[in-house]
Amino acid sequence: MLKYTEEHEWLKLDGDEVIVGITEHAAEQLGDLVFVELPEEGKTVVKGEEIVTIESVKAASDIVAPLDGQITEINPAIVETPALVNEDPLENGWFFKMTLADPSELDGLMDEDEYREYIA
Amino acid sequence: MTEQLHRTPLHGMHVSLGAKMTGFAGFDMPIQYPAGVLAEHLHVRGQAGLFDVSHMGQVILRPKSGSLRDAALALERLIPMDVVGLAEGRQRYGLFTNAVGGILDDLMVANRGDHLFLVVNAACKAQDVALLRTGLGDVCEVEVLERGLLAVQGPGAEAALARLHADVALMRFMDVRALNLRGIPVVVSRSGYTGEDGFEISVPAEMTVDLTRWLLEDPSVLPIGLGARDSLRLEAGLCLYGQDIDANTTPVEAALKWAIPAVRRTGGARAGGFPGADVILGQIEAGAARLRVGLVPEGRAPMRPGVSLHQTADGPALGSVTSGGFGPSLGGPLAMGYLPAELSAPGTVVFGLLRGKMSAVRVVPLPFVKPGFKRA
Repeated sequence: MLKYTEEHEWLKLDGDEVIVGITEHAAEQLGDLVFVELPEEGKTVVKGEEIVTIESVKAASDIVAPLDGQITEINPAIVETPALVNEDPLENGWFFKMTLADPSELDGLMDEDEYREYIA
Repeated sequence: MTEQLHRTPLHGMHVSLGAKMTGFAGFDMPIQYPAGVLAEHLHVRGQAGLFDVSHMGQVILRPKSGSLRDAALALERLIPMDVVGLAEGRQRYGLFTNAVGGILDDLMVANRGDHLFLVVNAACKAQDVALLRTGLGDVCEVEVLERGLLAVQGPGAEAALARLHADVALMRFMDVRALNLRGIPVVVSRSGYTGEDGFEISVPAEMTVDLTRWLLEDPSVLPIGLGARDSLRLEAGLCLYGQDIDANTTPVEAALKWAIPAVRRTGGARAGGFPGADVILGQIEAGAARLRVGLVPEGRAPMRPGVSLHQTADGPALGSVTSGGFGPSLGGPLAMGYLPAELSAPGTVVFGLLRGKMSAVRVVPLPFVKPGFKRA
């Protein structure tokens, strides 16, 4: 089950980690991505911290850490081929995996219905 | 943002085609259609695209004396170009200048036989019309046209427009003709703002939708938004007024001195006589201290307008990026900006300050992509 942030990120629980990406809505709003810069693996991040830079044909944007935790893995495929984020934002276009400092904080994020309402 | 945005004759069509709309120069314009900026850009380079540029200003100068030479001479008071020598049925690029040699707008001027036809930037239209009325109202009637303006651009543009009138194939780059397209009286120029072959078509406002429909019936022609228009013109090394050129940049600094012919330069038959002539002609002789250049960032991150440019990674800012982004045909980032003349030679490596980090940028010749104009 996916959880969502107000910054249009999705989080999917995967064992001890969460996988993080951006929503279809965000990918569509951003337009064709042409550049992605991801954080270092192992980096400790704080909720709201700008950790990813993305550029679309139109503009630069930042992606923030959805919660406190540590980056465990990044997706090199989207650095090589940023268009993957537009083509498949929910699967192959994931951004990074992280462990959460407090996994219970996931409960505070939106579920799918709440996110749909949020972007409506 | 309470001010009401203007709408072009094609506004409803843009919305029904699924365009994302945005405010641009006071008009509600399509930034992109569902295909997206990348696909639209590449479609224009490969086939043909249709642009609504009806927001641009279309102005007629009609000589009160009946002699076009009088109108041409009057316009030359405001613009350092050769209007007198512009043959009937031909168009040239020019610049309105100010007293200190800055650029007030860039425009196209066409000789239409009994009048001059000008196309100016939307954001500068009111200022340009006021300038024309003040500057040459004694000699010319200045008439602002409320017409549509379409651009068909790309290697397939000729074939697409030839379906409506075979004679367009006889036109070469910068030719201008009045034609009748299935009953619609239009003025067509073989020009554009993409670096591709193509046409701009001035059409009566109420017939703009019909003409657009006919052009889009050709499956090779897709509607193209302002997003791709910007990346196309950037790859073609063309200036965007308000970004790459403005009242504080001179034509020489902007690497546009090619637009000022010998006849208006020192020693020419009609040398000077336009605003800022002393500054501009002096810079043509002695060179300008800074120049507009093409830039290719060495990494993959685009450099947007405002990124500062430095000679060394710890040196002071010596210039900045004025246009920049990703070039879909180039397959990477590209930019234009201003650098001191001594750093402007192609091959020079400077640094751009991007998100707090210095990144190498190489000066390259303009344009970034080879133009497809039909010159012969």
